[in-house]
Amino acid sequence: MIPTTGEEPMSSAAKAPPASAALRVTALSKSYGSTTVLRDISLDIQRGETLCLIGPSGSGKSTLLKCLNLLERPDTGDIWLGETCLTAPGTDVDAVRARIGMVFQHFNLFPHMSVERNITVALTSVKGFTRERARSVARRRLDEVGLAAFADQRPGRLSGGQQQRVAIARALAMEPEVMLFDEATSALDPELVKDVLAVMRDLAQGGMTMAVVTHEMGFAREAADRVAFMCDSRLAEIDTPDRIFEGAQHPRLRQFLNQVL
Amino acid sequence: MNASSPVSLASNALVNTFFNWDLIAQTFPRLITEGLLNTLIIAAGAIIVGVVIALLAAMLLLSNRWWMRLPARIYVDVFRGLPVIITVMLVGVGLPAAGIRLFGTDPFGYAILAIGIISGAYTAEIFRSGIQSVDPGQLQAARSLGMSYLRAMRLVVVPQGIRRVLPALAGQFVKDIKESSLVYLLGLAVGQRELYFIAQEEVARTYNSSPLIAAGICYLALTIPLTYFVNHLDGRLREGPRPESTPAPADPDLPDTPVAASGGESR
Repeated sequence: MIPTTGEEPMSSAAKAPPASAALRVTALSKSYGSTTVLRDISLDIQRGETLCLIGPSGSGKSTLLKCLNLLERPDTGDIWLGETCLTAPGTDVDAVRARIGMVFQHFNLFPHMSVERNITVALTSVKGFTRERARSVARRRLDEVGLAAFADQRPGRLSGGQQQRVAIARALAMEPEVMLFDEATSALDPELVKDVLAVMRDLAQGGMTMAVVTHEMGFAREAADRVAFMCDSRLAEIDTPDRIFEGAQHPRLRQFLNQVL
Repeated sequence: MNASSPVSLASNALVNTFFNWDLIAQTFPRLITEGLLNTLIIAAGAIIVGVVIALLAAMLLLSNRWWMRLPARIYVDVFRGLPVIITVMLVGVGLPAAGIRLFGTDPFGYAILAIGIISGAYTAEIFRSGIQSVDPGQLQAARSLGMSYLRAMRLVVVPQGIRRVLPALAGQFVKDIKESSLVYLLGLAVGQRELYFIAQEEVARTYNSSPLIAAGICYLALTIPLTYFVNHLDGRLREGPRPESTPAPADPDLPDTPVAASGGESR
């Protein structure tokens, strides 16, 4: 089980003005050559909020997510993590990324390291933890996702669902302020999806701030505080799950929901 | 058939020229006591120089800035394209003649440098292809954890890339061992002579090729085990470490644990 992260000290939150969000995106645009993939996106994610990003493939939701920790560089627009502007020149991007956890569609565990080392490698090299301290953090995080017994295994020996839970534990071990999930269950066999979703749901209920790109409409409906619908590189609608799924106004959203539900 | 028939004479001459056991036996002690060590020093030195240059050059080759790629590209193209003998002569004879006496008059240093430079050019391409074959998601995952580019490369990407090219790397090391014989061109003092030099001296003295066979056996004794050792290492890394411990424990949350397709099947 994932413990609540709500009681963790959030030093930046105290200093931030009341209106400030955990993550703020303003007028963000990005294109590859002549293809525009993100068009003037503005978005706030509040502390403790779970925002699900849905939409047809190619609508830009994964690119938007990767812009949030600058794995993709936006062409214009700003991104704020609390009071830190990621896009300002001179920002230590590596330090900011350490405050944002990311979970990938294909897990992206490091295959040449043990499960435990996957978790400790960033703790020791980025956060400067001692081996022992990093190891105890790793054991605790693995315990939370029910995989403590696999600490010494190579990731390749684990099922996809287990690997993804290790990837979540790896991201959480850094004690991030925000978690990004990029189609975390899309590469999994159907029977393995629910374990990963359960971990994500616990995390959301525990007060983690989350941005989740997903095709799991059930998860979006139940676990999200708000749902954002993207199409044609734009943020077309953003609202509560009820209003997105029950009272869809936008014709493209209706069309999309008819196709996936 | 008696021993004086022409066929028998010819075959005797053939056997005597290449397999004069007395000569081979005479040459072996010097090959082993002096030549083997010197060959190993030159080869190991060249391999280390080559790997260090290659790591640097491979990183430059992978840069997305053209002005960083350019010098590495020129280096690789030039030294892969030149005959080895020209590079050895340019470095071993040319540099000291031009007053650049990095290693004084010691031909060892120049030989190591020359063969290392050549080896580095080939190894750089081997590393580049290995590193490029690593899933870009690995770098993304490492960077998302807050690692800098260089740290992510060092801890995550490069170790995986090198594992994939171990067989090619072993081939390059074998080549380096063989090319260490080119130090012959630079002249060697007593005590510095490597395998080929010693054999060549004996051939010149006896006008018999058997010492070359002896030296050849010594080279094979180095190169063949090296190849097999690396292939063994490669196999182990591919399959993961031998399960000396217990097999993967079952996940209590799952009724049956499917093995991920991405991982190597354990045998």
